[in-house]
This record gives sequence, structure tokens and C-alpha cells, in this order.
Amino acid sequence: MSSDNLLTLNLKIWRQKNNKEKGEIVDYTIDGISPDASFLEMLDVLNEKLIAEGNDPVAFDHDCREGICGMCSLMINGQAHGPEAETTTCQLHMRKFQNGETIVVEPFRARAFPVLKDLMIDRTAFDDIIASGGFVNVNTGNAQDANSILVPKENAELAMDAAACIGCGACVASCKNASAMLFVSAKVSQLSLLPQGQLEAEERVKNMVSKMDELGFGNCTNEAECEASCPKGISISNIARMNRDFLSAAVKAKD
Amino acid sequence: MASSMLKYATSSVVKKQVMGITGLLLCGFLLSHLIGNCLMYLGPEAFNTYAHTLVTNPLIYVAEAILATIFLTHIGLAAQLTYENNKARPQKYYVKQKTGRGATFASSTMPYTGLIILAFLILHLIQFKFGPEYVITHSGVEMRDIYKTVVDYFQSPIAVIWYIFCMIALGIHVSHGFWSAFQSIGFWHPKYTCLLKCLGKVFAVIVTVGYSALPIFCYLQGGN
Repeated sequence: MSSDNLLTLNLKIWRQKNNKEKGEIVDYTIDGISPDASFLEMLDVLNEKLIAEGNDPVAFDHDCREGICGMCSLMINGQAHGPEAETTTCQLHMRKFQNGETIVVEPFRARAFPVLKDLMIDRTAFDDIIASGGFVNVNTGNAQDANSILVPKENAELAMDAAACIGCGACVASCKNASAMLFVSAKVSQLSLLPQGQLEAEERVKNMVSKMDELGFGNCTNEAECEASCPKGISISNIARMNRDFLSAAVKAKD
Repeated sequence: MASSMLKYATSSVVKKQVMGITGLLLCGFLLSHLIGNCLMYLGPEAFNTYAHTLVTNPLIYVAEAILATIFLTHIGLAAQLTYENNKARPQKYYVKQKTGRGATFASSTMPYTGLIILAFLILHLIQFKFGPEYVITHSGVEMRDIYKTVVDYFQSPIAVIWYIFCMIALGIHVSHGFWSAFQSIGFWHPKYTCLLKCLGKVFAVIVTVGYSALPIFCYLQGGN
């Protein structure tokens, strides 16, 4: 690649020492960025430069860098995982930005997702919701015969679509109410659509919604910004399913 | 028993479902009120007789109490939900941009259009229900000349403009609220959800145009 393709960028990055101190937006200018670099690789280059200068590098979450682990986050120019539809930050490439562009980078913000340092957030709230009911109890031992439990093809597809959720939290970050409804509904749906998930379906939806409320996420206003920002394209039809499952479970509840 | 029912009733999901159901009931009220108002086009006798029949029926107090409960529930829950939603993100974004693939103007302005409708509702009751009282006799029966109260009020162009402005806000509010109510209750279907979104917009246009036509009609009646 010829060097005249390389990008020079003005970055406005949220810097915050820890979850106690107040943070602020800090300006950086970086050059020599390849258009083929991923967004995280661009931040790696910035951090190498900061370290070489004896400064504190920018802390950010990342792991697989293949778009499947759900660790990377970032609000890029005010959009969760940046401007590309159904793309995680690690799969976002710098060719999507113009030379000389100003890019604002902030952490996902919600009361339930406190900032740990710079762009790193604590998403333990999602683990707490899963622990409250996002599982099935099954007997361990030998696997049973394939197809001994019949699943309608359509339900299998819908459950797989819901199971595509990587739990990154983009739904919460992009929602103006910081609501976790898309995440919780995907986790409820992936199990409630299958026979194995039916046994605990009512308890699951009641417990997971109650945990979600307790953790301080906002209420859904059906704007679908979550669906639009979801790197896995999870549909808000899952939210409707959870709404009716919850209503039915609440009406039938004997406690 | 009561505490457990309260536990479910105060969950985020059920609060939204109550918002949706009360909203749909209010849509029903909007339609019936609009149809009643259209009697104005038939002249003072038809409209005054209709209003007289309504207010002299003893059941009107029950109907008004139910309607007031629906309104207050919808407004009270809206205030609570909006408060909780603001609290869920204490630190706002430095830059926030919509994807353009989700939120609409109507969906993102629900609390504001709601406030405009609330202000309108209060003024509307003061101006008409508790407004100037005139007496007229139709077919030998003495009754309130509400027709005159309405026509007199709309002689001011500012009153007409304010009314239409509020009806536009109302239309925007129901254009999102209508289908959103079904989503909150849990109704979602690959075919019918699109239809409901469409129906919500048609309903919004009917409400806005239908209600806005009345003050223009009254203004054109001229002063007495």
C-alpha cells in the first residue's frame, strides 16, 4: 500500500482513571493509520504511541477480535459499535472513516454498566441476569438419541436467531432509556422456544425480568434502536415474546 | 397475595403493558369524541341535543370517573417511567447519534408530545366543559348552548392555531403509541405488525385532520 492512503485522524477519547474519579474527553491526533486496520488496531497504534511517550494507554475491552465474543464495545461517534450495521467494533475497519475525520470514542453508558477505566465498563449486570434464570437444568450423562426430542424447524431457527446474542451490551448503550430488554428477551427466547426450556419457562421469565429491574436498567419504549445497533441483528420480536410470556407467567403465578 | 400481585404490577414489563392498554382505550375515546363532535357540522340543534343527552344521563358520572382513571393512570405511569428512564443513564453521552434504522421522530418525542396533550387537555376542559354557559331552547327543551361556547372560542385565530398545533402533537403521539401498545402487550407477527404500524399512522391522520377541521369550521362561522 502506498503511504498516501494512510489516514490522519483526530480522536476525542473518554479518559477516566477509575470508577470513582470524574472523566473527561481528551483530544489526540494520530497519523499513519492503514485503512485496512480495524478500529481496535487503530487504538493499539495510539496506545503504542502513548506508551512510547511515557503516557498511560487507553484502556478498552477486547478479546477474540473476530466479532463473536461480545467483549468489545465503544460508542463511536455516538453509535454503539460505530456506524456499520450488524458489525462489532473489532470488525469495523478504518476505511469507513475519512482522512482528517474527528472520531469521538466513549464507553457504553448505563447506571448498570459502571465505567472501570477509560473505555472499559463492568457488564457483571448481564451475568447476574443470566444467573437469575438464563439456563436449563438437564441430566448429565450419556447424550440421548438425536431427534428423540422433536423441535419444529421454525422454532429451531427462531431460537438460533435469539442465541446469536453475544451479550455485548450495545442494546443497552444505544437505548435512550438504557433498557436491557433486547438482551434479556433474547436469552429468555433462546430457551423458551425449545422443549428443553419449557419446564422452567415461567420461573425463568419472572426471575430474569425482576433481576433486570432490580439492577436499574430503564424501561423499553419500543423505538428499536437496540435492534438497529445490535451487531447480531437480534429482532425486537423477542421483546414482544418476553412481554407476553411475562404477562402469562404473572397471571398464572400462585405466589 | 396482594404483595405478590403488586410485585408483578410494578415490574417494568407490566407498567408498559398498562401504558399500552390505557393508551388504546384513550384511542377509543378519541374516536368516539371525534364522531360526537362531527355533529357540529349538522348545526346547533343536533350538537346541543347530543351534548344535553350525554350530560343528563346519570351514567355520565360513572363514564367520566372511568375516563379520568384511564387518563390519570396513563399520565402517572408516563411520569414514573420517564423518571426511571432518565435515572438509568446518569452520565449522558458526549455525542449521541441515532442509527436511522430504529427510532422515529414520533417515538423519540413521546414525553414531549404527551406534555403538550396534557396542557391541551387541561385548557380544553376549562374552555369548554367549565367554560362560558349559554342557554338555548331546542324543541321545547332548555339546554346549554355548548355550540355557541365552541364557536365563540374559535373566533380567535390564535385559539385555532393552538388547537391545530396540539392536534398535530396528538397525531404524532398516537402514530407511535398505537403499534407500540401492541408490542408492549406482546403481540408481534411478521405480517400483522407492519399492518398495525400502518394502521397507527392512518389513525393519527384521521385524528389530526378530523379534530383540526372543527376549529376551522367554527372560525368560518364568523362572530355573532
